[in-house]
Order: sequence, then C-alpha cells, then structure tokens
Amino acid sequence: MTEIEEHGGVATASAADAPTEQLPPVRPGPGSAAGPDGAGAVGRLSSLETRDLSAWFGDHKVLERVSLTMAPGEVTALIGPSGCGKSTYLRILNRMHEMVKSAQLAGQVLLDGADIYSPGRRPADVRARVGMVFQRPNPFPAMSIYDNVVSGLKLAGIRAGKARRDELVETSLTQAGLWIEVRNRLRAPGGALSGGQQQRLCIARSLAVEPDVLLMDEPCSALDPTSTRRVEETIADLRGRLTIVIVTHNMQQAARVSQSCAFFLATHDTPGRIVEAGPTRQLFEDPQDERTSDYVNGRFG
Amino acid sequence: MTLIDTAASGGATGGGTAYLDADSGQVRVRPGSVTAADVGTLAGAAVGALGLVWLVYERIMPWSGALGFWLCWYVAFLFFYWGIARTQWEVRHVREKIAAALFTGAGIFVLAVLVDLVGYVWWRGEKAVSHGNFLTTDMQKTGPLDGLNSGGVLHAMIGSLEQLGLATLFAVPLGIAAAVFMSEIGGRLARPVRTVITAMTALPSIVAGLFVLGSVILALGYDRSGFAASLALTVMMMPIVTRASEVVIRIVPNTLREASYALGGSQWRTVWNVVLPTARSGLTTAILLGMARAVGETSPVLLTAGFTSGKNANPFSGQQVSLPLYVWNYVRYPQADMKVRAFGGALTLMAIVMILFVAARIAGGRRPGELSRRRRRQMTRERIRGAGPSAAAPRPPAVRPAPTAAAVIHPEPEPAS
Repeated sequence: MTEIEEHGGVATASAADAPTEQLPPVRPGPGSAAGPDGAGAVGRLSSLETRDLSAWFGDHKVLERVSLTMAPGEVTALIGPSGCGKSTYLRILNRMHEMVKSAQLAGQVLLDGADIYSPGRRPADVRARVGMVFQRPNPFPAMSIYDNVVSGLKLAGIRAGKARRDELVETSLTQAGLWIEVRNRLRAPGGALSGGQQQRLCIARSLAVEPDVLLMDEPCSALDPTSTRRVEETIADLRGRLTIVIVTHNMQQAARVSQSCAFFLATHDTPGRIVEAGPTRQLFEDPQDERTSDYVNGRFG
Repeated sequence: MTLIDTAASGGATGGGTAYLDADSGQVRVRPGSVTAADVGTLAGAAVGALGLVWLVYERIMPWSGALGFWLCWYVAFLFFYWGIARTQWEVRHVREKIAAALFTGAGIFVLAVLVDLVGYVWWRGEKAVSHGNFLTTDMQKTGPLDGLNSGGVLHAMIGSLEQLGLATLFAVPLGIAAAVFMSEIGGRLARPVRTVITAMTALPSIVAGLFVLGSVILALGYDRSGFAASLALTVMMMPIVTRASEVVIRIVPNTLREASYALGGSQWRTVWNVVLPTARSGLTTAILLGMARAVGETSPVLLTAGFTSGKNANPFSGQQVSLPLYVWNYVRYPQADMKVRAFGGALTLMAIVMILFVAARIAGGRRPGELSRRRRRQMTRERIRGAGPSAAAPRPPAVRPAPTAAAVIHPEPEPAS
C-alpha cells in the first residue's frame, strides 16, 4: 500500500511517530466540568487528544483525519450510524486496534500530550491507563466477583496485599454502584449476576486498575432499560473522577450522560470522519451541520 | 390430584396426561407426555414381533443363534410398530415414532455391547479377583500350575500407574503448550505443527514403541524400563491431548481475551489467568482422553518395558510390567487358572480407568464459574456471618445494613452456572 499521502505525515502504525513534535506533557487542572461529584477525585485528570488520525483495515480506509480533544474529567460521547468508524476510533485510543492483524493507522493519539503509539511504549502499559468496557458484559467466568475486580492487578503483574485488595474491591464496586448488591456474595461467580450487574462488574474491574481514561463501547446496548439507567447513573458518578469516552447508538443516552459530543459519519465510498463536534447541548439544540441536525432528530441512521 | 384421563385424550398427535387441579378445578394437561396408547402400541409391536419371530425362527426355518434371532425380532418389531401405529395416527406422526424407535434401538445396541464386554470380562475374571491375594501379591512365587490363591497383579498395577503417571507428566505440559501455541500464538508455523500432530494421532501404536526402542534403548543404550515405556506412551498420548486441548481453547470466547488485554494483561498472563482457567473443564476431558488411550496400550509397552513377574517399583531401572502386558502374557498360557488371572488383570485395568475418570471429573470437571462443594460451604458460612471477605476494610456505616434474620435463615439460592 502507499504509505505517504498528500503531505507526508502519514505512516503505518509501526512508525507512527516519525515526524512528530513532542509536546510537553499537559497537566490540566481539575476539569471545568467536574461538578460536585469531582470532590472525591484523585486530583490528576488526563486529557486525550487525537490529531489527523486515519485508520485502515488492509487497504480499506475506515477513518479519515479525525482530530478530537476529549476534555479531562468530562464524558465525551461519540455518536453516528453503524459502520462510521466510532468503535474503531475508540479501540485506537487504547491500542486495541492493533489486535486485528491488517490494522494500520496514521496520525497521533496523545494521552497527556505524549503519543501512545511511540515506539518505546508497551501496549499493555497504555491499556492499563486507558481502560475499556465492552458492548457485551464479559466478566471472567472462571473467577468470582471478587477475583474479577482484582483481575487487572493479576493480569498486569501488580502484587498487592490482601488488605489492599479488599479495599480496592470495595472502592471499585462502590464507584461502579454495585457494592451494596454484591457485598454479601463476593465469592459467587461473576457470571451468575444479571446482565446489568455484570456490566457494572466490568466497569468496576476496569476501575480497579485505576485508569486515567475509561472507554465505553456501547455499554448499554445489551442491557434492559433499568440496567441501562443504573449504568448511566454510574457514569454520572464517575464524571469528574476520570475522563470517559462513550460510544452510543442511543441519542437520548448521549444527551443524558455526555458533556461534549462528536458526530461521526461515513458514506459507502468515503471513510468515517467527524462531521461536527462540540458541547453536547449545542450539538443537539443548535447543530451547525445539516447532517448532524438530521441525525440527532432521527431523520436517518 | 386426580387422574381423570389417560388414553382418551391421546388423539392424532399424542395428547397428554391430564389431571384435575385441586385448587382451580381446571384440567391440567402435560402436553407431549407418554400416553397409554403409546405404551400399548410399543408393547403390542414388541410382543407380536417376538411371537412371530419365535415361530418362524425356532419352528419353521432351520436357523439358530441368539444374535440372528434378536436382529430378526428388531426388524419385525419395526414393521409391527409401523402397522399398529398407522391404524391410529397419520403418516408423519408415525414416521417420527419409527425414527425415535430406530435411534433408541441404536443407543440400546451400543449400551448392550458395552455391557456384554464388561460382563464377559467380569464373568471370566471374577474368580481371580475374589481371592484377596490377587490385588496384594505379584507372580514371583507363582508357577503355571498354582491355584488362584497364589499370585496376583500388584506388580502390574504399580507398573501401570507409574508408567501412566510419568506419561501424563510428560504429555500434558507438552500437549497443552502445543495447543496454546497453535490457538493463541499461531502464525505460519501453526499449520505444519497441526498437520504433524493430526498425523500423530493416527500413528500405529507399535510404531511409537519402535521409535522409543530405536532411539532410547538401542541408540542410547538405556535398559528396557518403565521410564522407556512411559516415553512410548507419551508419544501416543501427546497428540490426543494437543488436539482436544486446542479445540477447547479455541471455544473460549474472544471477548474474554479482549477484556484481559484491555486491563493491561500481556499475552502470557492472559493465557495463564483467563484462557486456561476458562477452558479447565474441557482440558480435563482432553487429558482424560489421552490417559484413556495410554493406559490400555499394549504394543508400545511390549517393546520398551520388558517383562518381569516380580515387583519393581522403580520405573527408572529394571524391567517393569504393566496391566495390558500382564493380560497379554498370561492369556496365552494353556492353564485355565492363568487365563482367569489374565481376565482378572483386565478387570483391574477397567476398574483403575474408572476410578481415575471419576477422580479427574471431581477434581477438574467443573464448568467455569461453577463452585466446588468446599467453596460453596465456605460461601454459606461467610454469608451467615453477614459480610464478605473484606469485612476488615473500613466502610461507611450507612451502606452496611445488619444481616437480617431472614437472610440468615434463608440464604439466597445458589446461582446456577
């Protein structure tokens, strides 16, 4: 394939950072959007930014020069019809994209100003800082609820004493809004919970490794309305504690949980790109682009 | 409940058993249950066919033999069943019944063969096993003319267990590692490895014996021993463990691997902490399949283990006999008691296989997420104490309701996996 396009900044994933100017790490203060919930936050909030991000599967281009900043401590929603590259974009943000063999990308993904695709960085380290919750709840079936929550420690090779683990289980489950429901059966298998509980368990599991950013890929699309509401409450609680990026097909959900929003669109012969991005309220109430207006008002997609 | 109706409701499509519900006064029907008409048709066809076949077989035709008799009976039964059923039900329904009868017949046939096999070995070997000395002595001081109150299989049991243990020790890590390589790492090399492993599953067992005979015993000058035999068994066992393990590792959902990577797990830790524990039940089956193959093998052992009539508990030096070899050796003696000993050895072999399987099922056969009995008891105790294992951690008092009496008396039902 051709690696160099229009003006030279495009390269394959393995050499993604060749012509980058490294910015000094940005240490943002508590995000402006951090509401009263932010009181218990860990102080340090991370920003995530992509610059001219393009992605391919083989020779098929799925994303075209996506530049987006996800503000620290805020919830950013990515909306758009199926196949517009939202999920691919999300998976690029924590280096899950490269799990597909033919995947390539160009451009930069900056976590606190440093490119997560620079050659020296291990994917596992990036993923420990940028957690992910998947579309279908996927607790580890061979582990108890307790072990599911602390599984991240084991998988990342972090040793922790029993007291530390106990504390981590309680804080993570409390943050995910599940503690009261499961505190008396922490040793029960994770698969025995209901779908919504399983998804909150997965959120707790991601929180237990204390990530700076949490990515959520349609976290409620496999859940019933009540469970969806509980997960949304959890997201609202987490706002201000860490940076959240959520992909959703549900426009009302995007409006409820997010502070800023990005609308992705792909037509059948062009790759996905951002049509419009900005504060959620503006995107829904006063969209600048006609296509955004059509989409948020349910006229297509 | 009062049984009000059994046969009458069995119309064209079977109907069901009906009861009068005491509380509501409604008639409760269990649709699709077996009715008297079903049973009657089946029994009528069976008895009718038996009578006809007996008449033809024993009185008219000059045939004899149990196998032929029952084969003819089964064919006649199917015809009778068709005929009787056709008088009551429509064609499609009857066809379904005949299909069910065919499949049930096949199942019963397989079961009968198995029972016959085990029964025959039991019948021939029972006299040996009923002597207490059979399981506790070897053949050191027993000649061909000695009675069954002398001699036994102890040495062969020790040999079988040691050789199987060693072979399992070698084959299981190798096999599972190869399976992990093929399914998790893959790449260009995976295909030739898979081809070779598949070819090895079809390897004639005598070739495995010859391989070890040539490479270990003749080339390296190692003596015939239990260790050499276990190497030959490893060659037989490893490909089976590998193939079966690969299949069960492949069916571990990919979403679990993704979840593990998304938590910052490396590939190695993902395999060790997520993939293998999730596949544990299937891996147990894979290992059992391999062990079942290895424990009954005679020809690899024949060339590599040597033979001894005395006890040798050290697999690394001196010749060592195993149960299949014991059976093979003694069944060729002309003396009746020696043949009985051989069948006793076969019976012992089957018993050992059975015990191993049950033990392995208990130890590793749980599905992912299913709890062992010990863990379940422990959980119940924890629940009665009213707190999980993190009771020591500081916790805001507001979210700690005291365990209610109801929760203590009626702990939540165990979640099914």
